[in-house]
Amino acid sequence: MFIIGELINGMYKNVGQAIRKRDKSIIQEIALKQIEAGVDALDLNCGPLSENPLEDMCWLVETVQEVVDKPLCLDSSKPRIIEAGLKIIKNKAIINSTSADLEKLEILVDLAKRYNAKLIGLTLSSKGVPQNKEQRLELAAEIVAYCSREDFSIEDLYLDPVVLPINVAQDRQRDILDSIQEFKVISEPPPKTIVGLSNISQGASQRPLLNRTFITMAISFGLDAAILNPLDNELINAIITSELILNRQIYCESFLKAYRKR
Amino acid sequence: MIKEYIENWSGEVNTLVIGATPEEGGSRRFSVKIGGERTLPFLFKEALLPFKPVIAYEIWDIEPIDWATALSKYYGDVWGNTLEWADKLIREYKAELLCLKLAGAHPEIGKDLDEIVKLLEGLLKKVDIPLIIIGCGDVQRDNFILPLCSQILKNERCLIGEVNQDNYKTLTAAVLADGHSIIAQSPIDINIAKQLNILISDMGLPLERIVINPTVGALGYGLEYTYSIMERLRLAALNNDRVVASPFICFVGQESWRVKEATTPEKEFSRWGSEWRRGYLWELITAGALLQAGANILVMRHPKAIEKIKEYIDKLYEFKIN
Repeated sequence: MFIIGELINGMYKNVGQAIRKRDKSIIQEIALKQIEAGVDALDLNCGPLSENPLEDMCWLVETVQEVVDKPLCLDSSKPRIIEAGLKIIKNKAIINSTSADLEKLEILVDLAKRYNAKLIGLTLSSKGVPQNKEQRLELAAEIVAYCSREDFSIEDLYLDPVVLPINVAQDRQRDILDSIQEFKVISEPPPKTIVGLSNISQGASQRPLLNRTFITMAISFGLDAAILNPLDNELINAIITSELILNRQIYCESFLKAYRKR
Repeated sequence: MIKEYIENWSGEVNTLVIGATPEEGGSRRFSVKIGGERTLPFLFKEALLPFKPVIAYEIWDIEPIDWATALSKYYGDVWGNTLEWADKLIREYKAELLCLKLAGAHPEIGKDLDEIVKLLEGLLKKVDIPLIIIGCGDVQRDNFILPLCSQILKNERCLIGEVNQDNYKTLTAAVLADGHSIIAQSPIDINIAKQLNILISDMGLPLERIVINPTVGALGYGLEYTYSIMERLRLAALNNDRVVASPFICFVGQESWRVKEATTPEKEFSRWGSEWRRGYLWELITAGALLQAGANILVMRHPKAIEKIKEYIDKLYEFKIN
């Protein structure tokens, strides 16, 4: 599974402070810790309180790529901030994210093509979050159709069904899991699927247990990638074991260590 | 027209070097590179396959026990003297890689340690091509002899083996200290192959210095099991599982020449035809199949089988485009 570490986000107090004070060492330490835990890419988000998100994002990119050569995931709702990051990223970039709205797709698919980046597409629109899986599939199909028309490689597209917290949307979880499977039949080659995992347990108790149970189920529905906290060891162990049971990794006695050594 | 299907692999097989030149601290005239594949064997259109598979000529430190007469025809005049045998292989058969099996070290034969030391020192002087050194197969004896060989050959960047899941620590430590690479043997078992690589690398030997011996069977004797194990390991490597991204060594000669189909004389089974031809063809066909499974080093015996398999590799590499 493609794991994107979520911990460089300005909404965390220590990260927000480090960004304001331009303290490279804290950011780099968090980056390296996540790499050590086995992530494939790092998410970068300046946080909601950033006064100058454009400069902050560029500083984050430069700071992180001083010590890490993994792909970076530019997490912002503003295309101009994403573009500023794309201009200076040396490794592969991931754009996080577009919605199914045409005006967003027009800008972000074009950016992804120009900078040879991957793109995360959220299956929501200005009308809000879909109420059922039919609506969600419709939005997914709109994103895929737009990307195909514009000749953007569908293999570089990650569709996100938008995970909702268990304590406010318990009756929607099954739909979300089904969608992960259904997105795959929209096109050939199929789009990839991704979730922002922590949403499932937002505001709930037993957060780690909810997170790792949800991801285990999502993997069995065919999930390809997730944005999550890689320092949660039990979570990563659950992912590794799920992949093993689905025969995606070769078993050996030390399978947990083997995965982390890859 | 149907569009050609091209797979985009994310991983690659480790590149491994055998032999160190004087500039690199050794005394070999050249070194041999293997591995580095970014796709399945011979799919040149798909991705880079930088190095050709190589053939190592198998030689022994004693006159071989039970090698077929089809082989004695070529080596019988020299195989009583390992150095002359090695010399002949290089001069007459243009060998570029030798695999010396220290069969005489086995307790049942009981060759003296001094003799083995003298042989290795002599070999280093006599031949200047890269070397593979294999123990006698007796665990206790190999744990005693092979670290010593490793030391004598220090900095020559040899490939030394073999270790298995129950016995890997002694030789791994020696190889690590002396700058060689190691052969990790697993009994046609994909899970053990992976586990052994973890165990070895946990001791500090980089994964890039391990060659996997998946254990092969000759044509008609489980070849297809080996084939599927090798293929699955290689697919995992290409899908970015670094732990199993090791090149393969296959002891083709040893396996092919112990089956009855290769050696039974024509006078016993007239319908099978001449054993002179049948024997080397058995080795050749086994080698050909293992190349398609992803073999990087083929350890072989019959000069004609080696000549033909080299032609086959060269022919396929004419399609190399990158």
